[in-house]
Amino acid sequence: MGKVRKGVEVSIAIADAVAQADVDVIAAYPITPQTHIVEHLSEIVANGELDAEFVPVDSEHSAMSVCCGSAAVGARTFTSTSSQGLALMSEIFFIAAAMRLPMVMALANRSLSSPLSIWNDHSDVMMVRDAGWICIFVENGQETYDNIFCAFRMSENPEVMLPVAVNLDGFILTHMIEPVEYEDDELIRKYLPAFKMKNALHPDNPVSMGCFGMPEIYTETQMNREVGVRNSYPHILKAWEEWARLTGRQYRPIETYRADDAEYCIVTMGSYGETAMEVVDALRDEGEKVGVVKIRLWRPFPLDEFRSAVLGKRHLVVVDRAITFGGQGGPVATDLRSALYKKDGAPTIVNYVAGLAGRDVSRKDFRNIILEGKKKAEAGDTEGFTLYGLRG
Amino acid sequence: MAKPMDQITWQELEIGAVVVEVGNSTQYETGSWRSERPVVEKEKCIKCMFCWLYCPEGCIHEAEEGHFEADLTYCKGCGICAAECPVKCITMIGEEK
Repeated sequence: MGKVRKGVEVSIAIADAVAQADVDVIAAYPITPQTHIVEHLSEIVANGELDAEFVPVDSEHSAMSVCCGSAAVGARTFTSTSSQGLALMSEIFFIAAAMRLPMVMALANRSLSSPLSIWNDHSDVMMVRDAGWICIFVENGQETYDNIFCAFRMSENPEVMLPVAVNLDGFILTHMIEPVEYEDDELIRKYLPAFKMKNALHPDNPVSMGCFGMPEIYTETQMNREVGVRNSYPHILKAWEEWARLTGRQYRPIETYRADDAEYCIVTMGSYGETAMEVVDALRDEGEKVGVVKIRLWRPFPLDEFRSAVLGKRHLVVVDRAITFGGQGGPVATDLRSALYKKDGAPTIVNYVAGLAGRDVSRKDFRNIILEGKKKAEAGDTEGFTLYGLRG
Repeated sequence: MAKPMDQITWQELEIGAVVVEVGNSTQYETGSWRSERPVVEKEKCIKCMFCWLYCPEGCIHEAEEGHFEADLTYCKGCGICAAECPVKCITMIGEEK
């Protein structure tokens, strides 16, 4: 495929990116809550356009199990799921990270049952927040396409060796037709050379993976894992920098918009960032000194970059897309409050949970959230969270 | 030989805690788990090897006299050999005796 700009459904663009990344194995449960991503991949493989094994398994638990097996032999591996599928996969999802098996998942974020819902929020990924995967959030089709390649590059780095989830908002992105600039196959091959895994399963070099760990060794394995996730950070930056050098499109762990001279900011993760930027433009015209802070890299959490983006602001209005029932706010706000605790110049945080299960959050809603949030902050009403748009 | 498990530091572990030293499970002597041990009546043993086949620890071997015995360094005393023996020549005896 040559460099071309086309109007394409984002799910199809992901499938095309995975094919361009020349994966060896795709394992996925093909039915609900699956998206068009693996449907199109199965067509690409069936048409002989990609030399890969497409394994249509009986459940997501099996999908992630197949992915672990193929990654363990050093095959470039991809899967995709959402909501209940991720829940069913969760047992093996943790194992993939613990065994440091490189693979990429397009995680089309959708809400967890019950009530049964197929629409978008972040409750699925927050369920596996602590699994030890690298978690990236994207805002539009182009970012999704680009980050599939970046994710493979991060994942397969011998200094990283971690699975990577590219989180994209279900429906808002997966089912949207957008203009996406495809890169040339030659550029992709240069960016993503063939993968050679250290300690891959092979009869000539036998190793044991996923062994039994007694209390005498389990603690050490977890520290090894924790440091592994933290140490992936500079390599994540390098993967994005190299992509920027080749394509001109640069990604950062924390991205800001009109935030430098802002007195306060709205903080988003995922596709809401685009709406927030439009609303901030309008509010700026009215004299509000507001900016946007967007979290692109959720794990490992970019603590220093986040702090340097927000220290000195008066307050932050953090929009979460999931509830931590009985907790102290949405998962993002809870993390950010912890990141800023007792830091000089730390802004206060007002937390909104909005857009659960695909309830639309329009420009008008963002405007309300930003201005109401500012009032709450000024009144010192900064504990817990507000469920935006709630009736009753 | 690798370090004992309780002396390995987190920095010394392979990525993903992969074990690159093949066969090191023999260093882990599971016999200390045992509360009962299998005792074989050699004369009754028909050498069918059922015990050898069923032992989950893989610690049963052919003794010099031709019958089959568990290696007590590894035998956990699960009693599966005694339960499977078709001629009932294996008895589980409490270790305290």
